[in-house]
Amino acid sequence: MMVAPLLIFAIGNESRGDDALAPHLVRQLQIEDQAWVEVVEEYQLQVEHVTDLLGRNAVLFVDADVSCDVPFHFSEITAAQDTSYTSHAMTPSALLHAFQQVYGIATPVCFLQRIRGYGFELGEDLSDEASANLKLAAARVHEWLADFRVTRE
Amino acid sequence: MTDNLETAAHPGKLRRVAIDPVSRVEGHGKVTLLLDENDRVHQVRLHIVEFRGFEKFIQGRPYWEAPVMVQRLCGICPVSHHIAAGKAMDMIVGATLTPTAEKVRRLMHYGQILQSHALHFFHLCSPDLLFGFDSDVAKRNIVGIAATYPDIARQGVLLRKFGQEVIRVTAGKRIHGTGSIPGGVNKNVSIEERDYLLKDIEQIVAWSRESVAIARQLFEQNLDLYNNFGTFKTHTLNLVRADGALDLYHGGLRARDMNGASLFDHYDYSHYWDVIFEDVKSWSYMKFPFLRSLGPETGWYRVGPLTRVTQCDFIPTPHAETQRKEFIAFNGGSAAGATLGFHWARMIEMLHASEVIRDLLHDTDLQGNDLVGKGERQERGVGVIEAPRGTLIHHYKVDENDQIMRCNLIVSTTHNNQAMNEAIRQVARQYIDGRKLTEGLLNHIEVAIRAFDPCLSCATHALGKMPLQVELLDAQGGRVDVLTRASDGSYGGNP
Repeated sequence: MMVAPLLIFAIGNESRGDDALAPHLVRQLQIEDQAWVEVVEEYQLQVEHVTDLLGRNAVLFVDADVSCDVPFHFSEITAAQDTSYTSHAMTPSALLHAFQQVYGIATPVCFLQRIRGYGFELGEDLSDEASANLKLAAARVHEWLADFRVTRE
Repeated sequence: MTDNLETAAHPGKLRRVAIDPVSRVEGHGKVTLLLDENDRVHQVRLHIVEFRGFEKFIQGRPYWEAPVMVQRLCGICPVSHHIAAGKAMDMIVGATLTPTAEKVRRLMHYGQILQSHALHFFHLCSPDLLFGFDSDVAKRNIVGIAATYPDIARQGVLLRKFGQEVIRVTAGKRIHGTGSIPGGVNKNVSIEERDYLLKDIEQIVAWSRESVAIARQLFEQNLDLYNNFGTFKTHTLNLVRADGALDLYHGGLRARDMNGASLFDHYDYSHYWDVIFEDVKSWSYMKFPFLRSLGPETGWYRVGPLTRVTQCDFIPTPHAETQRKEFIAFNGGSAAGATLGFHWARMIEMLHASEVIRDLLHDTDLQGNDLVGKGERQERGVGVIEAPRGTLIHHYKVDENDQIMRCNLIVSTTHNNQAMNEAIRQVARQYIDGRKLTEGLLNHIEVAIRAFDPCLSCATHALGKMPLQVELLDAQGGRVDVLTRASDGSYGGNP
């Protein structure tokens, strides 16, 4: 089965305040061409997600972040060893490293869109500050998608 | 060193060490040790901040939303909450499940058991078990496993992935599944979906059998360590089928005391509050459930794979039953009582789950179209399952306007609260008391906790919020030293 060349991984729980930033962002993108882009939503990254990366040209991870610059931080990422083995959740870079270990091949080119969040309580809505950051981050990703498609097609 | 280690006699004179293994935005677990100037241990406590906000979150919602809403609780076991809430709602609508509905739900549940047990054994615990508890911390992780044991790492990934695919097929989506609804399910399993899963199931069963062999081999290679590490006697609680078989989806409650004598058996869980009560302690946010007949001081118990495999009368699938018998008989029964026996028992359950999935995939009831049962509307609903980590109780009361008035959840990690505290106190006696603290020694505490596979309500995980921090404080609470592990895994001293 053919997979879409670009995967967008939206990470977060939409019932927990600003953890919903990534799910909100991908919905705002209104992606219609699913042969070109596949969107996957998950609460958190785990090791089996290496299977989702296989066969992609590129992957964009989107996640709330409590420590990045306001309003967001967009960067290219590479595989990096992560020793936080007690965790049930992996960082994107650790997932890329696990991908290399499991498949023995290079990862697709990968990017990470961090969006600054503030509150993560169960049942909370997005905070006003996060909503403002989301708007700017969505515009940035929209622009990046357009540029990316032009350069890759 | 004091005897029970729960509360030190003179805590003000002691220094405090905090192990903060899985700090997250919501859901927080840490261990505190109180030591004197000679490194003797006087107090050990596991603190878990339990999410109690859910009861308020769900109040006022229509009851039929509960099976979907509860999945927002936890990113680790959303399917367990989905199914337990679905069972409670079956009672609310007074329905008896159709064969198709029950089998689709069972398939979903055993998919969850398979993927959860695979993740825990291969990726969270195997680094400790294969490399040693105080081995090089840079190697003691999934990446280290992948480099040294690539086949094991790959099998773990694919076992986990298969379980997730079973969930996707039965629940309709990878997350926010809607498969389980009040009175039944909203879809069957099509021929195409069945065949998609069937093509891999024999490999999954084979890998699961190999996994049991790995767990056994680890136990055999370190018999003294595995027999004694954090081991203590405890009462037990689990569900069993009417004939005493292991059944992770439905049954009656069975409780036995630490000597194996029956406290109650095949108890109808719809009145669980008559046999289980929840105690509170001033030093912990998490409740301490106990068996009413024994009281709060001595009535605590253990749930989960080790309890289920040792307390059922048999496992109704052939390979897993063979392994259960060998586990029970091993070394005069020592593995069945050992805290590290959890890992072996967990792999026997994973094998059982793979066999159940195989059997269900060959059952044509999965393709039935009678999906929802109906009955007389009730005010109260209780759903209980054996989730990957142990007994999970969902209890709801619904008003005449179909709105949820009250909700009570007792999750597996809460059931095991006191048992985990006992395990780490035992480890502190064995390995920490009177010795200079090192990262490797502190990891022994984490190894004991991980044997129970606690879920610390980690449905949020935003980047930048997963540090491990060990603090050494003086008697006045001043920081003497600190070791920090950042969310990217890097280590540092004073931040």
